[in-house]
Amino acid sequence: MTDHLLSLITFFPLLGALFVLFIPKEDGGVMKGFTLAVTLVTFFLSLPLAFDNIFKVSGGMHYTEFIPWISIGDYFQMNYFVGIDGISLWLVLLTTFIMPIAVLSTWNAVEKNVKGFMALCLLLETAMLGAFISLDLFLFYIFWELMLIPMYFMIGIWGGGRRIYAAVKFFIYTAVGSLLMLVAIIYVYYYAVQSGINISGFSIIDFYKVDIPADLQTLLFMAFAFSFAIKVPMFPVHTWLPDAHTEAPTAGSVILAAILLKMGTYGYLRFAMPLFPDATQQFIPFLSLLCVIGIIYGALVAMMQDDVKKLVAYSSVSHLGFVMLGLFAMNMQGWAGGIIQMINHGISTGALFLIVGFIYERRHTREIKEFGGLAKQMPVFATIFLIITFSSIGLPGTNGFVGEFLVLMGAFESELRWYAIFATTGVIFAAVYMLWMFQRVMFGELKNPKNQNLKDLSAREITLMIPLLVFVFWIGFYPNTFFEKMNPAMEQLLHQVKGKHHVAVVETVSAQELASR
Amino acid sequence: MYDKLWLIPFFPLLGSVINGLFGKKIKNEKVIGSIATLAIASSFVVSCLCFFTLLDDKVKIHQQVVASWMSIGQLQIDWGFLLDPLSALMIMVVTGVGSLIHLYSIGYMHGEEGFYRFFCYLNLFCFSMLMLVLGNNALVMFVGWEGVGLCSYLLIGYYFEKKSAGDAAKKAFVVNRVGDFGFLLGLFTLFWYLGSEHNVWTVNFVEISQNAHLLPAGGFVVTFVTLCFFLGATGKSAQIPLYTWLPDAMEGPTPVSALIHAATMVTAGVYMIGRMNGLFALAPTTMMVIAIVGAATAIFAASIGLAQNDIKRVLAYSTVSQLGYMFLAMGVGAFTAGVFHLMTHAFFKACLFLGSGSVIHGMHHGYHHAHLHDDPQDMRNMGGLRKKMPITFVTFLVSTIAIAGIPGFSGFFSKDEILWWSFGSNHGSWMLWLVGAIAAGLTAFYMFRLVFMTFFGEQRTDPRAKDHIPESGLTITIPLMVLGVLAVLGGYVGVPAILGGANKIHHYLEPVFGHTIEVNHIAAHGSHSTEIALMATSIAIAVFGIFLAWLMYVKKPELPGKFVGAFTGLHRTIFNKWYVDEIYDALFVNPTKRLGTFFWKGFDVKVVDGIVNGVGALVNLASKGLRYTQSGLVQNYAMTMVLGVIVIAAFYFFG
Repeated sequence: MTDHLLSLITFFPLLGALFVLFIPKEDGGVMKGFTLAVTLVTFFLSLPLAFDNIFKVSGGMHYTEFIPWISIGDYFQMNYFVGIDGISLWLVLLTTFIMPIAVLSTWNAVEKNVKGFMALCLLLETAMLGAFISLDLFLFYIFWELMLIPMYFMIGIWGGGRRIYAAVKFFIYTAVGSLLMLVAIIYVYYYAVQSGINISGFSIIDFYKVDIPADLQTLLFMAFAFSFAIKVPMFPVHTWLPDAHTEAPTAGSVILAAILLKMGTYGYLRFAMPLFPDATQQFIPFLSLLCVIGIIYGALVAMMQDDVKKLVAYSSVSHLGFVMLGLFAMNMQGWAGGIIQMINHGISTGALFLIVGFIYERRHTREIKEFGGLAKQMPVFATIFLIITFSSIGLPGTNGFVGEFLVLMGAFESELRWYAIFATTGVIFAAVYMLWMFQRVMFGELKNPKNQNLKDLSAREITLMIPLLVFVFWIGFYPNTFFEKMNPAMEQLLHQVKGKHHVAVVETVSAQELASR
Repeated sequence: MYDKLWLIPFFPLLGSVINGLFGKKIKNEKVIGSIATLAIASSFVVSCLCFFTLLDDKVKIHQQVVASWMSIGQLQIDWGFLLDPLSALMIMVVTGVGSLIHLYSIGYMHGEEGFYRFFCYLNLFCFSMLMLVLGNNALVMFVGWEGVGLCSYLLIGYYFEKKSAGDAAKKAFVVNRVGDFGFLLGLFTLFWYLGSEHNVWTVNFVEISQNAHLLPAGGFVVTFVTLCFFLGATGKSAQIPLYTWLPDAMEGPTPVSALIHAATMVTAGVYMIGRMNGLFALAPTTMMVIAIVGAATAIFAASIGLAQNDIKRVLAYSTVSQLGYMFLAMGVGAFTAGVFHLMTHAFFKACLFLGSGSVIHGMHHGYHHAHLHDDPQDMRNMGGLRKKMPITFVTFLVSTIAIAGIPGFSGFFSKDEILWWSFGSNHGSWMLWLVGAIAAGLTAFYMFRLVFMTFFGEQRTDPRAKDHIPESGLTITIPLMVLGVLAVLGGYVGVPAILGGANKIHHYLEPVFGHTIEVNHIAAHGSHSTEIALMATSIAIAVFGIFLAWLMYVKKPELPGKFVGAFTGLHRTIFNKWYVDEIYDALFVNPTKRLGTFFWKGFDVKVVDGIVNGVGALVNLASKGLRYTQSGLVQNYAMTMVLGVIVIAAFYFFG
């Protein structure tokens, strides 16, 4: 079974989606329960990956599967080629971990067309998992595009008042990026074929070995980088995010923030940077500048928001700026920080969107000024909100600190020292916007009569927060669980990104060797 | 014994978790309070054992590594503890004073709605503070550093329904974050420099001090690093320019002010400099900055203290001022004197705050009885309380004498040593001494002003309430008495040689500071007669301050009014704290908000979305325009063809 474990994990939700279609329309509850069960099973299927110690010793690809898929003569060949290393391992687990929580959050929130929503959720999970495990660039592209569609419908059908505008904006932004990437992917393939290197389909492991001249790298990198930058999102192509988040239903926001955004950062890590190392070096100063601007800009704009959800959305721009800065530091600390910060952002910001969902379901508004003094009425909610707030601020002992600290330390050790100094001011602004919001929502007198009968969190709501809280402290106090499995993979990939021209042979197993085994 | 170090922070953490999770169900105040107090008292017992074991031990530095925290490449950070004379002294102060304040709080917080919440936070604070003190590397220290900031936030905002409490809590955390920015920057620079230049990748304190000599003395790197760390210290320890949060922090319950905002947390900056003394001594510029900032803060805060009427605010500014003395000491290389003052200050200031709490508690009781809503913290409503609250009065008076620097009391010995070093040290100067001595005079004045206004003269309390102000109960007075005794005797561990003392604390801390002082040739020079003369002068200044206070607030109570009338402008400026909060708002807070709004509404909405929507509109427009070409009329198509042919022909013939 382990031979096809990744495929099983990836396509199990899709299978579930097919079953959902056959559940009668009236049985919304059954559908939700079934979907929850499917996502939970997926999670448990993926759990053995976390305990596999192979990742501690070997930084290469594991659980690989290789099946030739489409070939058109000598011109075009693509394969179903998947696998994970110690980096994508955690993103796969993040996905399978977040999905049940997201589904559970829909319990009272999604009432119309439950069938469609649940089927899309499951389809989305397959697409996201597929993107994280793809080792064939074309396969990656298919999953990448596949993700776009369910999210588009989630925002457009189950969204808030301006959902159409938000959905179209989301679609246009990402589609523009994707098109550029598609052109670049085909060009890389074309170039690789031309260069006479023995390649197997769009295998990135083979592509890593292709020596692309610097000026061509520049163009191709720009196409990839632009596409991924939109997804991250990096300043200044971030403006789709606040609208998408504000209009999306809670589950959509959670998935979007926790997992979809990671596609952008993961894209840099797995594709844009290792495929075009020279161009990466060339663009690092510019992109790092965008990161630093994003960190400060996102925080300042977040500070002035009147809508809690928009505030959280802008805070994402700031947090993702940290992730990218860590990746551009191009050293172990920076990468470890960046990758753990991807997971952290998934946990903390996912939790924040759930929290916003809780109060939205109760009051049907997200305006900060509508609240105040909730801490008295909802003590359990207040405690959980407080912990998540401080995790988002990056208090030592919570996950946020580990990520930010390593990112900044990594950046400081690299050439990005000056950028790091400015980025460090982000720790001040984060405290400002989060605590100001927390004060206005939770502290003060409970003046608004509409808030005086609010119920504290239900058992279901507490249940879905607890796993997130566990990881807030787990990563905060003992992140080595994650680092020990990331380290070999980071080392290997870093070697590829930094040393392409200095090291003649890169120690990765080629796709064909794998296929022949 | 040293392998039990981890127990010291563990007990309060356990207490905090128990009360946090089950406190609401336990409900019984005695049980909740006992759990919390027992937790910190257990830590005190373990601390004592460690302290006395260390005292008899020849080896003075012990580390215990519990687990690895982060391990990536050359970066290895452990969860580790460090016991040396400095941290041993600190854990004694923290757990000792902490235990007393826990006990006090059981009585003081009686009947409060969030009783369990209070003790959960208070224990969590002790945990964080002990992590800060015991951490064997800068990161563990930083966990405690920010942890105490969190607890400070939670406890200042304890009465979260009050807007002023919420504001003060947020301000405290944010201002501290500015300092933390400095701390991080210093740490990054140090780690990177030692690592890349000398291949020493470490954040461990012992390793840092062993390798401090690798940094060029007086060079840019070490100056920058130490200045960054000092910025961190100004945040946590409320020094110029980041002191503004501490007076506002008085919104928290009074035991919190005593424990966190007087005795322990605010001294973290002093401790941190002491912990990294080997680095700081290498940067004379930083040392000078520290000394100047310390002296300036001492006199500046004292000046504000002169005009405040809220009993806790006076004490708050007094704390800022006394912390200034500690930094002055660190800055002139008198590390031992700084730590000594840290300890004596912990005793007398905790006693003063708890005493003020006892007064407020009594006043509150009186007003509550008479159904009045007067301010129980305003000294103008007090007076003559010495008869109502004798124990509170005596302990308060003793501590006031101690802080005023009257010989024989603890504050005298520590303050005098600081003043002597600020004059005689090779990092000192007579100007630093003068500022310190004047500030000492101001301190004596405003502290006795406080005592006279509160405990002497006529009782100005509303007649309906004045007879219902009782002395506080035993849980409150016992800690007062213990601290009162310590406020007298605490100084005798540091009697200087010139007064025939052994200066035990100096020898005790020798393993921590001795090496630094020797290597960097830090010493105080001067004849015995100078030392005696300076001592006499500062005593005289203090006595004069007390006399002035007596004159103005006991002998001729009409004087202050006249004085205010004569110098209205000056008084208003001082009363309004030199308008520093307003200046900061105008310089930093408001521009930041405006920038945020501009980025959002000016850039995000107009520029970026303008372009995005513009592209959309352009496509729309283009397609609308192109639609007309597809009119379906054959003559139009024919016309276009003819025009095309003409254009091409024209190019062919004339091009």
